[in-house]
Amino acid sequence: MVDAREIQADELTALSTGAWILGAGGGGSPYYSYLNMLEMYKAGKRVTLIDPLTLGDDDLVAVVSSMGAPLVGQERLRDPDFAAKPVRMMEEYLGRKFNAVMSLEIGGGNALQPLMVAAVTGLPVVDADSMGRAFPEAQMTSFAIGDLQMFPLCLADIRDNETIVARAASWKWMERISRKICTEVGSVASTCKAPRSGKEVKDWGILYTTTRAIDLGHAVEDARAAHEDPVAAALDQEGGILLFRGKITDIDRRATEGFLRGSATIDGLDEDAGHEFQLEFQNEFVIGFLDGKPAATVPEIICVMDTLSGEAIGTETLRYGQRVSVIALPAASILTSERGLENVGPRAFGYDMEFRSVFADGAQT
Amino acid sequence: MRRIGIDVGGTNTDAVLIQDDFVVAGVKTPTTEDVTSGILQALKDLVSGMDEGPGHVDAVMIGTTHFTNAVIQRRDLKPVAAVRIGLPASASLPPFVDWPDDLARIVRGRVFMIEGGHEYDGRPLVDFDADEMRKAAREIADSGITSVGIASIFSPLTAECEEAAGEIVRQECPGVAITLSHDLGRIGLLERENATLLNACIIDLARKTTSAFTRALGQSGIEAPLYMTQNDGTVMRAEFAAEFPIYSFASGPTNSMRGAAFLTGLNDGIVIDVGGTTTDVGVLQAGFPREANNVVEIGGVRTLFRMPDLLSVGLGGGSVVQVDGSSIGPISVGHRITTEALVFGGDTLTATDVAAAAGLIKFGDTTAVESLESSIQDSAISRIAEMVDEAVDRMKVDANPVPLIAVGGAAFLVPDQLPGISEVIQVEHRGVANAVGAAIAQVSGEVDQVFTGMGRAASIEAATELAKKRTVLAGADSETLSVVEVEDLPLSYVPGDALRVRVRVVGDTAPN
Repeated sequence: MVDAREIQADELTALSTGAWILGAGGGGSPYYSYLNMLEMYKAGKRVTLIDPLTLGDDDLVAVVSSMGAPLVGQERLRDPDFAAKPVRMMEEYLGRKFNAVMSLEIGGGNALQPLMVAAVTGLPVVDADSMGRAFPEAQMTSFAIGDLQMFPLCLADIRDNETIVARAASWKWMERISRKICTEVGSVASTCKAPRSGKEVKDWGILYTTTRAIDLGHAVEDARAAHEDPVAAALDQEGGILLFRGKITDIDRRATEGFLRGSATIDGLDEDAGHEFQLEFQNEFVIGFLDGKPAATVPEIICVMDTLSGEAIGTETLRYGQRVSVIALPAASILTSERGLENVGPRAFGYDMEFRSVFADGAQT
Repeated sequence: MRRIGIDVGGTNTDAVLIQDDFVVAGVKTPTTEDVTSGILQALKDLVSGMDEGPGHVDAVMIGTTHFTNAVIQRRDLKPVAAVRIGLPASASLPPFVDWPDDLARIVRGRVFMIEGGHEYDGRPLVDFDADEMRKAAREIADSGITSVGIASIFSPLTAECEEAAGEIVRQECPGVAITLSHDLGRIGLLERENATLLNACIIDLARKTTSAFTRALGQSGIEAPLYMTQNDGTVMRAEFAAEFPIYSFASGPTNSMRGAAFLTGLNDGIVIDVGGTTTDVGVLQAGFPREANNVVEIGGVRTLFRMPDLLSVGLGGGSVVQVDGSSIGPISVGHRITTEALVFGGDTLTATDVAAAAGLIKFGDTTAVESLESSIQDSAISRIAEMVDEAVDRMKVDANPVPLIAVGGAAFLVPDQLPGISEVIQVEHRGVANAVGAAIAQVSGEVDQVFTGMGRAASIEAATELAKKRTVLAGADSETLSVVEVEDLPLSYVPGDALRVRVRVVGDTAPN
């Protein structure tokens, strides 16, 4: 990409569509953030996207997210000023200004969080994130895999409650403490995670994921507009694999340890008729079994798409009778490294099995 | 049970009398500009065919596209004062934020955003600012706006703020119509608020329309309670419908699919409803329409209503046919078919004329189409078959052949054989399937709420009780209630065993 470019208004839609697919069933819908961006673009605000490799080693990058329960977000909506609040807290705390802002996770609504912050603060957005998809917890990032420092963290509530976690003993402790605070303020908060240097972003960030999401969104939307198969377009764009096509015949959900866990059973249609696919999720889709045998696992991205419209379907919106296509998209290479798999492989989600890529040639982004 | 079902479509008003599970009589009359005189005519026609009059009637059910069309065509809408209770949250996305400009310009009267609302567990977000609400109510009174829509954060959980705000509006603005978002159910502030504002902008039309319907029924001499059909294939009492017209949106297609199931005894298959202007194709699953996966937009406004998954194409009995027969629709002569089609003495070649020339139906003066060249007929008939085939195929989800039920006033346009279809079923009364669907409708009630710290069983029980209460309030006989849908969704990232429960209950209409 060019070093820096303005994100165009039509890319906001594509980014939302692409990010929702990369959310692997979780991450929350980008719709409210998208609406905010649309309003700000109408008011003349513009956001610049920069190539991460142009960051100076000593530049300071804010890693932002909205944390909490998607359902609470559906009632409280999102607000750019509120998204920018912890970034200003962090600058004050550090006594240093940020040079740029980036997303914690490109999957779901958080893909647009840095754009909202950028529109308010004027900072450029780095074309990168730390998951390349969506994951449920703080230690499931490339920065955690790289064993980088996990503090300080700034967390803001809509009611003028501001919290700084100055130190934490580990990434898991940071997750536990910040989750507790988030819950107390109503299970939704905006955060600015441990600040990163330009060098850290270049070494450990998952690069060019904003562009990846925009391109994926464009591919799906173009196919839809041309009345072509949007699922095929997504697979083509991403080098993904169609795992299964069928109809949802059973859903079982339960909340444990803060996760939405559960499974969905899909009966095969067309070429998959006579076969059964079982999907298990922990906020995001974690593993898929074809006729009882593991067919795909984290960290590779398992998505469920409406077979006709190509709309991604979240773990919260799976419903009996939906006609769906289950696809797998490649994961960022850092996630499938040995250290990566410790944090985000099948064992990190409680499945005692080795990770095996569904991509025969081990294709990775 | 003897019930009358009426469907007011864009072209025709249909009426049927149903006794238990057979159709006693069915009639079709043109829809009139004022809607009510068409209904009156249909009722007259229905009764005139019976030597001993209609006899005892238990209920009259009306399905109408009137309110949907008002929104789609941007007519008869009133400006609304929107009150959002939830500051300091949600400030950047005010009411009407995702509405199409042309509709927002008409409906957006005033917008007020006030502190208040709740958390997912019932704690207040911040204290409700009653003083600010009173100031807003006075401004509404001064502005002359006659309808108010009020939405508060997490009101499906606790309606406290909306009810307090509603009370203040009632005090300051006597006579103003008030729609509270928690009455419309679902979680999702923006979508629930959108539904609330849509409801508020047509409430005036709904009150006038339902009272005109009630008068028409009175004039017809039929003494029975009046119900209006809703988008889920059930009905609500007319006085309830007058306050919640939004529930009637898209009820027409649902009615015709439910009617198709009833008339054929089939619970699964594809239904094609060919009307005067458009053809709707939907899928019947277990006797009910398959619902759309996606968020549903009404007149360009995003809501969370569950709507039947439909594909509409511009083909109907009144569709205008190119002189060479090469293309058909989407332009239609609509309800003017009785004067403009060739067989009715007009000078426009319509799909009905082609069908008459090809001998598919006997309608009007067939000598008027005798001179139509057979090559034009063939080309038009095959174009119609192509359009039907494409629409049906797009709604099919697998390759197995399924039955296709053809209904609607122009069902005769559906070919006898289609690829991927096991058989095309044309039954008696197919032309009035939508009125049949209205006549057989039950009453429903729904709850969508978060329960905290109660455990799954107790939460579902509480939701079910509430849904039953709402069903009876909507006009159901409490002896006949059954739970048709229970969905529970544990909330991630929140403590205390929080569970979102959705329950839907249906029952037969209560006796007079």
